[in-house]
Amino acid sequence: MNIARRGILALAGALGIGAMIASAPGVAQDWEPKKPVEFIIMAGTGGGADQIARLLQGLIEKKDLSPRPFIPINKPGGSGAEALRYLQDKAGDDHVVLVTLNSFYTTPIIQQDLGVDISNFTPIGRMALDTFLLWVNTDREDITDLDSYVDAVKAAGMEWKVGGTGSGQEDSILTAMMEKEFGYEVTYIPFPGGGTVAKNLVGNHIDSTVNNPAEQNEFMRAGNTKPLVQFTPERMQSYPDVPTAQELGHDIVYFMQRSINGPPDMSPEARDWYINLFKTLFESEEWQTFCVEDGLTCDEWVAGDDLAAFHAEQGKRHQELIESVGAAAITGE
Amino acid sequence: MESILLSLSGGLLEAFQPLNLLMIVIGCVVGLFIGAMPGLGSVNGVAILLPITFLVPPNAAIMFLAAIYYGAMYGGAISSITLGIPGASTAVATVFDGRPLAIAGKADQALTAAAIASFVGGTVSVVLFTLFAPPLADFALRFGPPEEFALMVLAFATFIGLGGDDIPKTIFSILIGLVLATIGLDIISGRPRLIFFDISGFMHGINFLVLAIGIYGIGEMLWTLEQTEGNVIVHKVNMSWRAFLTNLGHVKYYIKTTILGSILGYFVGTLPAAGATPASLMSYGLAKTFSKDPESFGKGNVAGVAAPEAANNAASTGSMLPMITLGIPGSPTTAILLGGMIIWGLRPGPLLFTEHPDFVWGLIGSLYVANAFTVLINLAFIPLFVRVLTMPFTVLAPIIFVLCVVGGYAPSQTMHDVWLMLLFGVAGYLLRKLNYPVAPAVLAIVLGPLAEQSFRQSLLGSQGEVWIFFERPISATCIAIAAALVLYPVLRGLRKPAKAQA
Repeated sequence: MNIARRGILALAGALGIGAMIASAPGVAQDWEPKKPVEFIIMAGTGGGADQIARLLQGLIEKKDLSPRPFIPINKPGGSGAEALRYLQDKAGDDHVVLVTLNSFYTTPIIQQDLGVDISNFTPIGRMALDTFLLWVNTDREDITDLDSYVDAVKAAGMEWKVGGTGSGQEDSILTAMMEKEFGYEVTYIPFPGGGTVAKNLVGNHIDSTVNNPAEQNEFMRAGNTKPLVQFTPERMQSYPDVPTAQELGHDIVYFMQRSINGPPDMSPEARDWYINLFKTLFESEEWQTFCVEDGLTCDEWVAGDDLAAFHAEQGKRHQELIESVGAAAITGE
Repeated sequence: MESILLSLSGGLLEAFQPLNLLMIVIGCVVGLFIGAMPGLGSVNGVAILLPITFLVPPNAAIMFLAAIYYGAMYGGAISSITLGIPGASTAVATVFDGRPLAIAGKADQALTAAAIASFVGGTVSVVLFTLFAPPLADFALRFGPPEEFALMVLAFATFIGLGGDDIPKTIFSILIGLVLATIGLDIISGRPRLIFFDISGFMHGINFLVLAIGIYGIGEMLWTLEQTEGNVIVHKVNMSWRAFLTNLGHVKYYIKTTILGSILGYFVGTLPAAGATPASLMSYGLAKTFSKDPESFGKGNVAGVAAPEAANNAASTGSMLPMITLGIPGSPTTAILLGGMIIWGLRPGPLLFTEHPDFVWGLIGSLYVANAFTVLINLAFIPLFVRVLTMPFTVLAPIIFVLCVVGGYAPSQTMHDVWLMLLFGVAGYLLRKLNYPVAPAVLAIVLGPLAEQSFRQSLLGSQGEVWIFFERPISATCIAIAAALVLYPVLRGLRKPAKAQA
């Protein structure tokens, strides 16, 4: 019995050390987290959103910005539907935030029966605008530019496999936009995250993808995959030699917001605390360096009501985009 | 080869730096307790301890995190064996035989087997990692959706082929697990499926740990209470040096299973989709199928403890490979390690091995050291852990109940899951009374979603052509082995009655 008690004490001690360190006092404020904060990622591990969440989690700890840790949790199911629904069900909870992709807009539009209305969520801050490029495996020596790509896709027809992170996810919209612009049709295969897509492209299980830079950079440096086109208005600093679609006469420009949002009915005190926290992170040297390296645009901090307005405008734009390419083209039905 | 040895010795020297060594030892101990606490789990544990890592240089920090991860893999077995509650999803298969052994008064045997098997699993896999990391990383790349699906078929086959059990009941149990796995949002289209009574909690699907804790923790408690009518108390506990040496001597009964489980575990771990939980279940299934005495599995066979424990430790080392070379973590815990690496400016990818050899080899070196320390610490703690069992069951049952409720609540922090867990507990108890094996249902709920996803991805890619699974060499091989596994016990079963009649 004695030994058992000692064991329990040892355990309590071990946990105590963790708890003490975790609860080291931060800046005194009206509200601060009283328990660990769930940091929900609406995509799988290894993808852009995942990397961002894990970097932010680490920076929060490193700079001791929160009295309680942030715990990243991936909820990739159904193009983010799982995460959105989870956040909706957490209404009024001050200890959960979501890092978003554009499926934040598109998934509720495409999946009406999900019963999620993002305008009820609590906007906190926009960390970055992410960009897209078109990637193929370097083994495809026949494909050197956009024209040869389009030729190859047309020759393959429905055999051409484009990997992405889910029907209705931003890459599927971009894929649908390309299908419409170039007049071909491809087979779209969803994977649980951008990292898995990249792996399948390197392994030649899919033929192309429109991944974010963060998901492909290391494979590009290793000579496994190559970018053909970027879908930005101007060439990015990190890809000076890759033409934009506009330069080549195709008007396809597409961005993805990376923002932090709370559940519906988050208390105003908590919201202000999070806005403050993420603003500090946004302005940190580490974050700005990450943005440059990974082809993210991080010029402007948009928070709170401004972000709500941005969401409303983007929601409308995505509604139009989905109508113009047709929801069926995106869901593959 | 020479360059590998040179790099490795550099890595080992790095791990033996006083500060690094200290971090590894602390990590192992903390990990052991984190793993042993149901519901705490290494994900939360590592996240809570992340701040400590900023007090020390990056190399020491990543070794600390890896040591916690390692310790937790060992620790998961402890509550599985002593209390019958899986401390982590990776330790579920350890309950199958660990708990019956503990009830029979052989908890020390089971715990020793778990520790030794974990050590062997860890060692085999870290050696494989040292020697074959780059070629295996290439091999993992050859696994596309059809190969992943074929591997899942293979995993299911190991369970259908469990000789001795009632095959129709096994299949029924798998089907129940598959139906439960379907609940929630469809992986491909995102549409909700099987949302009973419109309860939104079902949107998130059934958490595997909730099912396992319910069936094993609660179900087992109800069963024991019924069997003993609250009377039994003490399990005999044998804790002399001689008993310890005898237990060590038992290694010969499970060493083959352990080595097989280690190799299988390492390999499954290197595949980004799988991870340690499927690996441990597959290893258990294989051990039972190929055992000379399959009947004794599930009733207290030490090999049934060794197989999953070897595999889950091996897989946890294996899952470092896709993390380092592809940037895809094989498990939530490696995902936290990945987060640590990104903060320290280390970008995982194919070039990490060549551009940051100090880091990679330091990590590999620390795995050797952490593995050795954890087994020593674990063996030293066994007398303490078996003490738990000397409590009267009437005292232990409420403790188990509380731990189950905490463990059911912790993963998603909703009461919905606690109710579900209790429901599964009662269902598990009833299934057991009716003599249905529940392990296959547990396997199905883990592998079901993985299998469904890779099946649908494959068919999308092949335009609905099923032959894709037979045309590709790796997937065809897996399916052929699976077919053989299903037929093997059937053939063996046919031969037996023939002999009996003669």
